[in-house]
Amino acid sequence: MQFFGGSEISPSPPVPTVSGNNAHMMYVFNRNGVCLLYKEWNRPLHTLNPQQDHKLMFGLLFSLKSLTAKMDPVNADKGNLGVPQLPGQGCSFHSFRTNTYKLSFMETPSGIKIILVTHPKTGDLRESLKYIYGLYVEYVVKNPIYNPGSPIKSELFNTALDQYVRSIS
Amino acid sequence: MDTNDSLRVASLWHSMHAISQQLSPVNGCSGIELLEADTFDLHCFQSLPGTKFFVVCEPGTPHMESLLRYIYELYTDYVLKNPFYEIEMPIRCELFDINLTQAVQSDR
Repeated sequence: MQFFGGSEISPSPPVPTVSGNNAHMMYVFNRNGVCLLYKEWNRPLHTLNPQQDHKLMFGLLFSLKSLTAKMDPVNADKGNLGVPQLPGQGCSFHSFRTNTYKLSFMETPSGIKIILVTHPKTGDLRESLKYIYGLYVEYVVKNPIYNPGSPIKSELFNTALDQYVRSIS
Repeated sequence: MDTNDSLRVASLWHSMHAISQQLSPVNGCSGIELLEADTFDLHCFQSLPGTKFFVVCEPGTPHMESLLRYIYELYTDYVLKNPFYEIEMPIRCELFDINLTQAVQSDR
């Protein structure tokens, strides 16, 4: 997976094959598990309070990555189960689907994890996640006032993100 | 991957399946059905009593769900109906193995 250092956001965001249903929610975590962003568009059911929900989500992703690295039928040398993997090391999953939602996941080499929870019939969202990472780089990382590791409060980022996610739904 | 690792992976999968139900934004989630990774896909089928069957395949392999349902039928026929098989123990039924291999190979 390549992350290009272009100075502009790609002019034409990719439109994936979505069957016209809204995204449910989105998480952005950094490599330490701090939830930098949580956005909710359509979530009728809240099982846990926000802190527990974020921790559970991060834990689920961590364990799933560990499981896919171990279960990989292609690579010969795998670490033991439970050993933390560096970003990009070992086979990682990019999405999973249940009967009620589809979760798309992307991890950047810097350890930033972007998660988008959508309708189960959504197509492959990898390109969209890359575009969202591009937005993150433009509006958050390049913002001189932003403190890395703290929750994202950039208005521009939130607006651009909102616009983009609504356009792919 | 030895048996200890298989056990660890299986128990990890069981917990992940349960946690994914908790994180659902909508009611009525029954757990992970498909996990897509870089080099493989993992399909999971959960029967009514909660037994999970999962199959690891190449990305984009079609008809895995029907294969899993067929394997479930084989399981009920050759394992559950076997009077010598103890529930919750590892499956060592020859007929099940033979039919399973046949089913998977005829799929290729």
